[in-house]
Amino acid sequence: MGKIRTPYLLLLPGFLFLFTFFILPIVNLAQTSTQTPIAGGDTGQYEQTLRFQNYIDAFIENREQFSRSFVYALIATVLALMISYPLAYAIAFKAGKYKNFLLVLVVAPFFTSFLLRTVAWKQILGEEGFVVPTLRTLGIISPSTTLTSTAFAVVMGMTYNFLPFMTLPLYASIDRIDPRTLEASGDLYANAFTTFRKVTLPLSMPGVVAGTLLTFIPAAGDYVNAAILGSPNTKMIGNVIESRYFKIVDYPTAAALSFTLMAAILILVTIYIRKAGTEELV
Amino acid sequence: MSKKVVDATIPTIPMMARFQRWFGRNLIRVYMVLAFTYLFIPVAYTFAFSFNDSGKSNLIWKGFTLDNWKNPCGAPEVCTALANSIKIGLLATIFSTILGTMIAFAIGRHKFKGRSTSNLLIFLPMATPEIVLGASLLSLFLVFKINPGFWPTVVAHVMFCISFVVVTVKARIASLDPRLEQAAMDLYANEFQTFRRVTLPLVAPGIAGAALLAFSLSFDDFIITNFNSGTVSTFPKFVYTAAARGIPAQANVIGSGMFFLALAIVIAGQFVNRRKAR
Repeated sequence: MGKIRTPYLLLLPGFLFLFTFFILPIVNLAQTSTQTPIAGGDTGQYEQTLRFQNYIDAFIENREQFSRSFVYALIATVLALMISYPLAYAIAFKAGKYKNFLLVLVVAPFFTSFLLRTVAWKQILGEEGFVVPTLRTLGIISPSTTLTSTAFAVVMGMTYNFLPFMTLPLYASIDRIDPRTLEASGDLYANAFTTFRKVTLPLSMPGVVAGTLLTFIPAAGDYVNAAILGSPNTKMIGNVIESRYFKIVDYPTAAALSFTLMAAILILVTIYIRKAGTEELV
Repeated sequence: MSKKVVDATIPTIPMMARFQRWFGRNLIRVYMVLAFTYLFIPVAYTFAFSFNDSGKSNLIWKGFTLDNWKNPCGAPEVCTALANSIKIGLLATIFSTILGTMIAFAIGRHKFKGRSTSNLLIFLPMATPEIVLGASLLSLFLVFKINPGFWPTVVAHVMFCISFVVVTVKARIASLDPRLEQAAMDLYANEFQTFRRVTLPLVAPGIAGAALLAFSLSFDDFIITNFNSGTVSTFPKFVYTAAARGIPAQANVIGSGMFFLALAIVIAGQFVNRRKAR
């Protein structure tokens, strides 16, 4: 009898905690999203009127920031994949005894605070940094072009900041590939490119899926990179939610936007996992 | 005259070819150097500017000094924020590691009704954008008239760290050889003794790793903290607010210090592992 109860007793405290501080808040957020201001009340006072129009209003008003969030997150994810794949491949297959050392090197930069690194990029890419003057001298960018406060800086910052979320799962799945399968492919007269396309890439798909999800989800909801490296023209949906909460005290709109973001991400993720055919991942 | 020109051009062709061959063979090495340069540029920048004799705004290089390292609390708010971050991080680590490890044992070691639902509940917080987690928790606190501050932040951090602890510890449990526990039972150890003498020591490195992960997630978190901490400052919050007017060099000292400390812990951990493996 006691044996049947054991797992439930182990789960109880943690799940009680998650229920109170994760599920309940989400339910409450859903509840907030359909409220309207109390007539004649103070700012920040709302009552439940089940106004689902809030969602449509919030979406139409902020559709630009929504699409920007998803486009930036997508570009950052693709860039991170392009940077990480060769890196993870090299560490898994070419590093020999330096494997662990190089893995530590991949994670190491992320021990310096996320915010400090983002601010560092702002200063490196800024007018006083060394990148802009160099590029201007070389004539790659015109004297009036700046790099900070641009979409380029925001996407670059996101790519940089979420890179280990891509590299580590990629490494984990590439490292599991038996090098003999690659040799076998070569023995059967496949050239390097065919071997990659037909053997390496399919075998590393779980890592690609996990890495892209772990990069895309935080990137789509991020507002720190846009706030530090961007301008009002690069505002993402996270920036809107943040300012609705703190500056405008418009909780229903913020809640509706949060919910729309979460739903959009969940739908995209589900479609993506189905397409990628690695459902056992979750 | 023309002879000289011919003489000069002859060796350049094999040189070019030799370079191309070298480049082809070392392409992956060249790539790795470039990738690691990209990864370390902001770290090197932060480190370098921790030695800047900068005064208030640490934007332009003004000269080398060790003063910032000798007196990291020279900018007073930096150390208050750092102390808060460490306190919150330690509390969040303790609670999330205990709760998460228990869940990991339940899911990893038992077959029970609702196991897949449990897995889903663990996965969901990781698949939810931080801003939604932070905003929804703040709404809940507001409903119950709880002011954001120190303890709400701890609660928020425990909430998002639990899932990462569960995943890390569960992976370790899954890699255990079940025969070791069976052997202990065969040698008349009861269930509790087996757990304490065999299972727990074997899972311990996973738990330690999970605790380190929880601490670093908590310490580095900005978005959820920003929603739930009210007027309490943490290190990332301090950097964010200071970013507009220039960050004091002392913040760079702390960032670089954290970097070397974490690196030392990881290397020490690897060293211990290697000695054990022998």
